[in-house]
Amino acid sequence: MDLSLIIMQLLSGIALGAVLVITALGLTIVFGMLGVVNFAHGALFMIGAYAGLYLASLTGSFWWGLLLAPILIGAFGMLIEFVLIRRLYGRSIDDPLLLTFGLSYILVEGVRIVFGSDGIPFPTPPQLIGVLDLGIGFFPRYRLFVIALVAVVLLVLWLTLEKTRIGLIVRAGARDPTIMQVLGVDIGRVWLAIFGLGVGLAALGGVLAGPMRSVNPEMGSLVLAEAFVVTVIGGLGSIVGAVVAGLMVGISISLVALFAPEMATIVMFALMAVVLLIRPQGLFGVRGRTA
Amino acid sequence: MTSPSSGEAVAKPPSSGLGRLLDQRVLLSIAVLAVLPWLLPSQALAVNVLIYGVVVMGYNLLFGYTGLLSFGQAAFFGAGAYFTGIAIGRYGVPWFAAVPIAVLLSTGLAAAIGIVSTRTRGIYFSMVTLALAQLVYYVALQASSFTGGENGLRGFTVDRISLFGLPVNFLDPVNKYYVLMAFAALAMWFQSRILNSPFGAVIEAIRENEQRARACGYDVERSKLIVFMLSGAISSLGGCMLALHLSIVPLDILHYQTSGMIVMMVLLGGARSFFGPFVGAAAFLILEDVISVWTPHWQLFVGAIFVLFVLFLPKGIWGTLLDTLGVGKARP
Repeated sequence: MDLSLIIMQLLSGIALGAVLVITALGLTIVFGMLGVVNFAHGALFMIGAYAGLYLASLTGSFWWGLLLAPILIGAFGMLIEFVLIRRLYGRSIDDPLLLTFGLSYILVEGVRIVFGSDGIPFPTPPQLIGVLDLGIGFFPRYRLFVIALVAVVLLVLWLTLEKTRIGLIVRAGARDPTIMQVLGVDIGRVWLAIFGLGVGLAALGGVLAGPMRSVNPEMGSLVLAEAFVVTVIGGLGSIVGAVVAGLMVGISISLVALFAPEMATIVMFALMAVVLLIRPQGLFGVRGRTA
Repeated sequence: MTSPSSGEAVAKPPSSGLGRLLDQRVLLSIAVLAVLPWLLPSQALAVNVLIYGVVVMGYNLLFGYTGLLSFGQAAFFGAGAYFTGIAIGRYGVPWFAAVPIAVLLSTGLAAAIGIVSTRTRGIYFSMVTLALAQLVYYVALQASSFTGGENGLRGFTVDRISLFGLPVNFLDPVNKYYVLMAFAALAMWFQSRILNSPFGAVIEAIRENEQRARACGYDVERSKLIVFMLSGAISSLGGCMLALHLSIVPLDILHYQTSGMIVMMVLLGGARSFFGPFVGAAAFLILEDVISVWTPHWQLFVGAIFVLFVLFLPKGIWGTLLDTLGVGKARP
């Protein structure tokens, strides 16, 4: 087995990991702020993929789908927070989890009614069809685009959180919501926006993943498990953790697929079990809150 | 142990005639299950209520009584079914020996998953159990020479059994129901024993206040692991019953959707009550049965009903009924 093949597989893993990072990030940001784990996250990822596909065919351009689907589904997420999840603050931490689980049932079945149960192929945008010669091998253009776009989104998110006033409010609100209210910040509106952002990121992950795997109503349940594994490895609530763990999981899956394909789906769970035995709070997690 | 609901394992004098009657929760439950095939529209439904009732009852030990919300109970339900099927079909073990072997092996699996997952708390625990149960699903999918992979496990039909020397036709639905009911009765007796024991009081103390339970000197981690294994053992018995009933094991039994269904059932019926799991299993299966007659999209309605329960009726059907009647003490 030569080195260039391993490097190409590594790149594949980074592309796979990039989608995982975006999806897990949505989950972890919402948990960090609201203390809620959204069990409908996988279903919203799937809805994002369908929305991207639908908007792309409606406007005739993949790029409109990529732009509009996360915004629309993010707005839908805000509606979910406003109508349903808001009622459960102050109740048992299990309640929002159970509610979003029930919601995922409704969303999956709703998509089955509208789009049918069969998978639909998601066409790659024409500008990104084909492969690029990297000197050591050929790599799909679309996957390179996914890596680049995720890097840009991460940069924008990081700058917003660290360098702006909004970011300051969000970080302070995650640490102590009561003090923020005393200081005159409407924390309810912050939570609404954060939940919308988390769901929007799930939808973005769905649109990006669309051309790499076909779109079907059940795709969300696998994604949910993957996103859970990534956030558990990285540490729930940690943004750096989600990025590191997402890339780690993506690369592990790709490399193991090269040597032992039948183990590829299993390796990430093994990785999670090992991390939990050594560091129950995850690589970048804070001890006390979850472990 | 200050909360009034945590004292239920401690024997208290029954407050009323009704309360005294409901104290006999195992006998009462068996009596209801004995007439169930005539209360429900079909025999097939009654058998399913029996099987899922046992699975959900085992899960209730973990979720209702210890307060651990696991999303991976399907692993043990499925393990019980697969081990039973493999023992009978592949190794020719007689059915009555296959069941305890399968429960034992499944308890071992629960120990392995429990060691990893009980190191975490709260929401983390839910996520980790879900992920580890998915691991079991993928292992069963890949190990197709043992499990039949996507096609499920076949080829271990139990058609005739011998009960104490008496030959019984196991294909007859009535015979089958009462043989399986004996297993359910055993599971109920076992669970009631656990709940009435000092250990039952410890797990409820952990649910009410983990730190205080630890301060009282109880080994919280060890108790959680033990209750995880006991819960897995009881749910796996439901899996054994399913394997004997269907003579096939579908791969879907291990899927995350099955874990979710178990969670839905316990909430519909009422967590923290003894008979609630059976009420929940019956409610879910009847809903599925009735709604799927006029639409294939029954999951839409079940999901919506579940969301409404979480919002407005978190104690479930049976739990709310017990509260209304004011017989909360023994929580039958």
